[in-house]
Order: sequence, then C-alpha cells, then structure tokens
Amino acid sequence: MSNFFEKSDLSRNEAENIISDTLQKCDDGELYLENSKSETILLDDNKIKNSSYNSDLGFGFRAISGEVVAYSHSNEISKESLKQSSQNLKSTLKSVKGSYNHEIPKSNKKYYDNINPIEQKSLNEKIDILNDVNNYLRSKDGNVKQVTANFLGEQKSIEIIRSGGETLSDVRPLIRFNVSVMLEKDGRKETGVYGVGGRQSYDSYLKDDNWKSVCDEALRIATVNLESKPAPAGEMKVVLGPGWPAILIHEAVGHGLEGDFNRKKTSAFHNLMGQRVASEGVTIVDDGTIDNRRGSLTIDDEGTPTEKTVLIENGILKNFMQDRLNARLMNTRSTGSGRRENYRHIVLPRMRNTMMQSGNQTQDEMIRSVDKGIFAVSFGGGQVDITSGKFVFNCTEAYEIVNGKIGSPIKGATLIGDGPSILKEVSMVGNDMMMDPGIGTCGKAGQGVPVGVAQPSILINKMTVGGTKL
Amino acid sequence: MVKEQEFLEKKASYCLGLAKKLGATGSSVVVKNLVSETVNFRNKKLDESNRSDDLGISITTYIGKKKSSISSSNLLNDNLNVLIDKCVETTKNTPEDEFNSLPDRDLLAKKVKDLDLYDDTHIENDQKISYLKKLEDAASHDKKIVNTESSFTQNKSNFILANTEGFCDGYKTSSFTASSVTVAKDEKSMERDYEYSSKCFLKDLDDADELGKLAADQTIRKLGPQKIGSEKIAIIFDKRIAAGMLRTFASAISSSAISRGTSFLKDTVNQKIFSDKINVFDKPDMLKGLGSRNFDSEGVKTDTLKLVDQGILKHYLIDTYNGKKLNLKSNGRCGGTSNLYFENGNINFNDLLNSNSKSLYITETIGHGSNIVTGDYSVGATGFLVENGEFKYPINEITIAGNFKDMFQNITLADDLEFKYATNSPTMLIEGMVVAGK
Repeated sequence: MSNFFEKSDLSRNEAENIISDTLQKCDDGELYLENSKSETILLDDNKIKNSSYNSDLGFGFRAISGEVVAYSHSNEISKESLKQSSQNLKSTLKSVKGSYNHEIPKSNKKYYDNINPIEQKSLNEKIDILNDVNNYLRSKDGNVKQVTANFLGEQKSIEIIRSGGETLSDVRPLIRFNVSVMLEKDGRKETGVYGVGGRQSYDSYLKDDNWKSVCDEALRIATVNLESKPAPAGEMKVVLGPGWPAILIHEAVGHGLEGDFNRKKTSAFHNLMGQRVASEGVTIVDDGTIDNRRGSLTIDDEGTPTEKTVLIENGILKNFMQDRLNARLMNTRSTGSGRRENYRHIVLPRMRNTMMQSGNQTQDEMIRSVDKGIFAVSFGGGQVDITSGKFVFNCTEAYEIVNGKIGSPIKGATLIGDGPSILKEVSMVGNDMMMDPGIGTCGKAGQGVPVGVAQPSILINKMTVGGTKL
Repeated sequence: MVKEQEFLEKKASYCLGLAKKLGATGSSVVVKNLVSETVNFRNKKLDESNRSDDLGISITTYIGKKKSSISSSNLLNDNLNVLIDKCVETTKNTPEDEFNSLPDRDLLAKKVKDLDLYDDTHIENDQKISYLKKLEDAASHDKKIVNTESSFTQNKSNFILANTEGFCDGYKTSSFTASSVTVAKDEKSMERDYEYSSKCFLKDLDDADELGKLAADQTIRKLGPQKIGSEKIAIIFDKRIAAGMLRTFASAISSSAISRGTSFLKDTVNQKIFSDKINVFDKPDMLKGLGSRNFDSEGVKTDTLKLVDQGILKHYLIDTYNGKKLNLKSNGRCGGTSNLYFENGNINFNDLLNSNSKSLYITETIGHGSNIVTGDYSVGATGFLVENGEFKYPINEITIAGNFKDMFQNITLADDLEFKYATNSPTMLIEGMVVAGK
C-alpha cells in the first residue's frame, strides 16, 4: 500500500479540504492517486536486448457537472500542484450548481493478492528463463531463425479520495510472458506468437518448465503457417475455435455496448435495448470478478466494486457497461466498468473479461456441417467502427473447411462483419467455453487497458473473408 | 509553463554524474516536459477540459558492453538516487551485447539550426471554445449530422538529451491541433468520419468553418453504403490512407527489422522495389515540419535521405545499435523517420480517377492487417465506387488484400502532395488488388 502523502508537503487533511472545496457544487468527481512500478526484460536475436524499469507517480483530479468533465493531472504530488489543478477545474466549471453524489457501493471481495510480481523473481532467474526459451526453440527446430521473448511485470497502487474524505484503494499486480518465433524454410518466412499472463506472480504461470508449453504453441502456429495457402476471398461460413477468438465478441458487440457511445447515441446498438441482437442460445457477460484474470478488478478506477454484468441474455440485449458519469446521465447504475490507463487519463466505460457462455453443440458437429468455409483458431487483433457497426479481426491461424473436413492452413486474412447482425448469424454454440491465455490489451480513445475474453466454439453462417484467392 | 532548458540540463547532468559515480562507464539521459491543454466539445456544448503537465526522465547506463535503462515521472533527487542505483545494479547483472554502445562521437549533431518549431503563443480555453463553437456550427449545418465531437489541443514541450560522449542539447516544440468527428444518419444507416488539422504555429491552423464543413461533408457522403462483390479491381487510396502505406514501408526498412531478418525488404538495397517513377524522401530540416528534428533520439545528426530513387531502395533507417550489427553507420534514424513523403507523381487527381473505367476509392481502413515479415496485407475498408471518373456510391463491409511486394511495384501517384502529417503521400492508385465482399 502506497502512502501518497509521505514525502509530500501536502497532508492528507489538506488534500481532503481542497477536494471537498473544489467538488462541493459538482455532481461527481474525485482525486485519483497512482503509484506504479513496471519492468520489461526482453530477449531478442539471441541476446538480452533490454532490461528496463519504470516508476510512475501522479494524480488526476476530476470534477463533473452535468455532462461536463474537467480534468487535470500532474506527476508532482504537492500542495502547489493540487491547488493549481483545483483552480483549473474551477475555471472550466464556472457556474456549477449540482449536488455531489456521495453514494458508492461497498464490497469486501478481492480478486487478486497484494503482491509485487517484479520483486518475487530475481533478474537473474528471469534472464535464465529467457535464455532457456531461446535455446529450447532453436534446438527444437532447425528452421527457427528468430526468437523474441519477454517478461512484463507491473504493480499498480491506486487510491481514490472523494469529496467528504471517503477513501478507496487497490493494489493490482499484472504480468505477461510472451514468445514470438520466426521460421524460414525455402525462402519463406512465417511467425508464431503466444503468451500467458494475469494478475499473479510469474511463477503461477511458468513453474515446472511451463514456459516450454508457451514455446511449443508459438512454434506450432509458425509451423502451420509455413504450409499455408492464399486465403479465399468472399462471403462464407466461419467456425471459430474457443478462447482467444472471442475478440470477435469484444469487437463486434462489446465496444458498441459501452455506456458512453449509447448515451451519445453514436453506437449502432443505442436503440436496441430489450431487442433481439443475437440468436437464441447466445448469452454474453462482462465479468470483472474472476480470480486473477487479466481483465479482473476488485474495484474499478472510480472505486465501484466490479461485477458480472449480463449484456446479452439468450439473444436479447439486457445491459450496457457503465461508469458513474454515463450511468447518472442515463438514469441507471454504474456496473463497475469505469477504467483508465493511468492517472494521465479520464475514466471511460470499458470492458473487463467479456465472455460468451457455453451452449451444447460440439466443434466437430460445426465443422461437419460446413461444405465450404474456414475454421479460425487464432487471431492477432481486431478493430471496430462503433457507428457503422462494421468490425474486423485478423486471423493468425486458420484452415479451409471442405465438405465437412478441415483442409489446408490458409494465410492470415482479415475477416469483416457487421456487429448488430453478426450474432444473429450464429447457428451453433459449442459446449467448450474457454478463457483466453491472458494477453489482451484493449485500446479506446488512446488508452490501453488489460482485458480478457472467452467463448466456446461457434459457427457463423456468413462472414466476409478478406483473402486474395477469388 | 513548460520547464526551461536550464532546469532540464541541471537534472540531466545530475543523473550523468551520479551514474558515473556509481560505476557506469557511460550513460545517456533524456529529460522531457510536456504541457498539454485540451478542450472537447460535443453537440455545440463544452464536454471536457483536460490539462496535463508531464515531466519524465529516462536513463540508460552502460558498463562496458552491458546496458540497462530506467524511466520515471518522479524527478526528486531522492527518487533518482534510488533508481539510478537500481539501474547500475541491473546493468551489472545483464549479459553483455557486443553491439551495445553510445553513438560514435563524430556522428553526433554539432550545430543546431532553428527549424521554427516553437510558437510561444498561449491560447486560453475561452479562445479554444470560440474556435470549437464556430467549427461545430459549420459541422452541424446539415440536418443529417446527428452528433459532433470536436477537440482543440495546445501542446508545449521541451527536452534535453545528454550523454557522456559530450552531447547535451534540446529545444522547445509546440503544436496546435483541432479535430472534428461527425456522425450522420438517415433511415437506413449511420456513419462517422472526421477531419483534423495540426500545426506547429497557431496562425497556420485551418479555419474552423472549413474544418467543420469538411468533416460533415465527408460523413454525409458515406450514408447509404452498399456491399459489392468479390473481384480484382484497381484501388485508389485517399491521401490519409496512402500515408499509412509509407509508414509500413518505413517499418520494413528499419534497421532493427533488417538486422533481425524479420522484414520482407531484407537485402533489397539497390534493388527496384517500387514502380519506376517513385521517389521517397525523408527530410528532417523542413521549417515548421511536423516531423522535423535537429538530431535523432541518440543525438546523431540527421541529413535528408532520398530513400527511394526511381523505384530503387537506397537506404535503410539506421540507428547506432543495429548499424553496428549490420556494419553500417547510423544515419540518424533512431526513433524512426522525420518528414517522410512520396514525391509528387505527374498525373492529376481527376486523371487518376479516370485511369480505369471502374475502381474503388478507399477513405478508411480498419484492422492491423499489415504483416512486415511476409508483406501480406489484408484490411477492412470503406470508400466509394468510382466509374468513369465519377463517385457513384459509398461502399463498406469489404476487405482489400494483396502483398506489398506486388503492390509497391504497381503504384501510380497523383500530383497532389500536401504536408498535413509527418508522413505524407499524394493520392495513390494500385492496380491488381483483390476486394472481398459479397
């Protein structure tokens, strides 16, 4: 737990007075304090390329009146600096006459331990593992021409002080371990990437030589891609594998169900509440409460405890994801989805772990039902235009399906679809729901936050595959 | 106000001194301050104000061929003492890399030219608000526009880069950016588009009326899009998308991708990689240029490079580390390109539209579909069908795909280059790409 006032000329008492004075006629707002420590250790091209450490400290002061948000941040926690921020907020909100909403729900639940993963493993141990990864991959396959592997570790302590002095705090660990391997055979190069992570110590993921399974998976994807043929172009049936391919859900419907876009009526979903937006049998939740997951949070960045929010139930749109601002303006409650990348940024409603629940069909049934289509197993990333609803994602491992059988691997291609209609094209939902390995970062308005996704295998009747083979 | 040179220099020299005392054989440090003030508008009303004052330091220490780095936003000497100590300790424990080194002394920038990158003008929030009011009035003129979001940002920054080879320099820069995102709606569809302007000097910023009107027009014309069939077709890339092709090219010729062997352009210097008439320049010393700089992020001098001459690749973008690995001298491109651009072609925009009886004009792409290892390209796209030189109707939910190796050989450029971003291209035609639609 950080004591933000320990080395400052600003006392907690003085800070509370400035906060209460600044926010007295505002509808909402808070002082957000953050202290984060992070490390990167990178092996690349047979060498430890980078070992770096970052320590970041600062505050963000927010005042909200009606729809207007005033924000000011600084990395100097001092009396002078907080006063200057206060002046800045007051000058934006010149004539406010709201009443501060003191209500904030409470919970004693915690979804991760108070640890600092960076300190739990020595630099030398980390360097040894990275060198082992490099040697293991290069000795396993003579076609390996490049190996990149890295550790990313972080501990972020936050404290939220609200008007009246109410204080909420959280300490969040986060780690990621990634392996990327490039193969070259007969002049052709292909890469495979895999990683694991979450809100635990490195050892929770890497003990007992578990790093080998991460290497094996990256190598397997690269090996498959060496044999890949040009992808087809046009509309066809698509079977998605379980787990990480759920970034389809994240892009296709997740962003469109964030409160801000719906309050502003710029989302393709803003007038679809209570209506059918997916096939029967499709249930999607956004859950911040799963132990140790990358997208989980004990409290969000406004201090609201997170929850499991049902977005779509049996095909019907039930809820949007809300922060306090958008919830108040839409006459609903915060779902604990208010997040920010760090103290430099304002809070936005964001996803946590977005998951489609299991149905009762098998992946095998899906593949057998397809005459011509593709089977997509792994993805790079995706993007959505929330207004038109069109979204894309890029396959990194996919196969053609011919007459109910999996055929040759195909080259990476972009798949494009329409968010509000794609889930109505889901004709089978598998019984094999799986979480992703813990590697996702979602970008919105220039802010990246860690997220998770999960889904079972699904069959989509019609999607456009962006290959080159007509 | 943004911190002055003297303050930054003092911090920098404190760090270099301390690192030496603690056992570093060499070190470099960057101290940077960015003060940013933004006002956001939505539907003609104030939506958000945001002020940020960021001070940051990053230090790299060397012990022989060992290297490590730290960064922090806390510049109190107490904190720097702890961090530099940690950095030197980590350096000792990090394995050697024979190519690790500070830049060669004779390559460091010596005389620093004034490139006119700093405008001292301070624009108060009230002035930003009146600009945005004017902009949004113009943007929401048409009833089809149902939402407008605009923003005005003033950035002022200053930095010092110093190293133990005797380099110590830095300068102030400024930028003023206005942008507008508009949403248009009709019975069947809702579409979004944008326009923006960013300049070093306030007085050069685009007129608020024009910016708002342009954003609205570009959005309205996207309404009622259709999906087309899959086919091989000529594609015309709007300047804002064409510039992205050039950015992909830059990452494929970066010395790190070349030395690691992870670029489709490896071993192509002096080979013809573009069509005949293509010339590409990277010019760091443009006055008021959005990508202008006096030296790269290691302090190495930067000369103008003609990267591509008549379709032939002439240079990679080289930094110290990868240069040593490739046995080449740094050409001052640590941190990437400066003002990168395709030279104008010799055909005007209308003739380019008319060069095929049917083509697609692409105004937006989505997805991360550029693979610089294989050169494969596949992205989602939005645009217009062009027939006999005329825009017929808007198109969406399609993808376009190809491989850069072929695409680069089939580029024709118009003569409408302008310097709107740091990386710029004239309107670009590429023949023979595949569209996937229905």
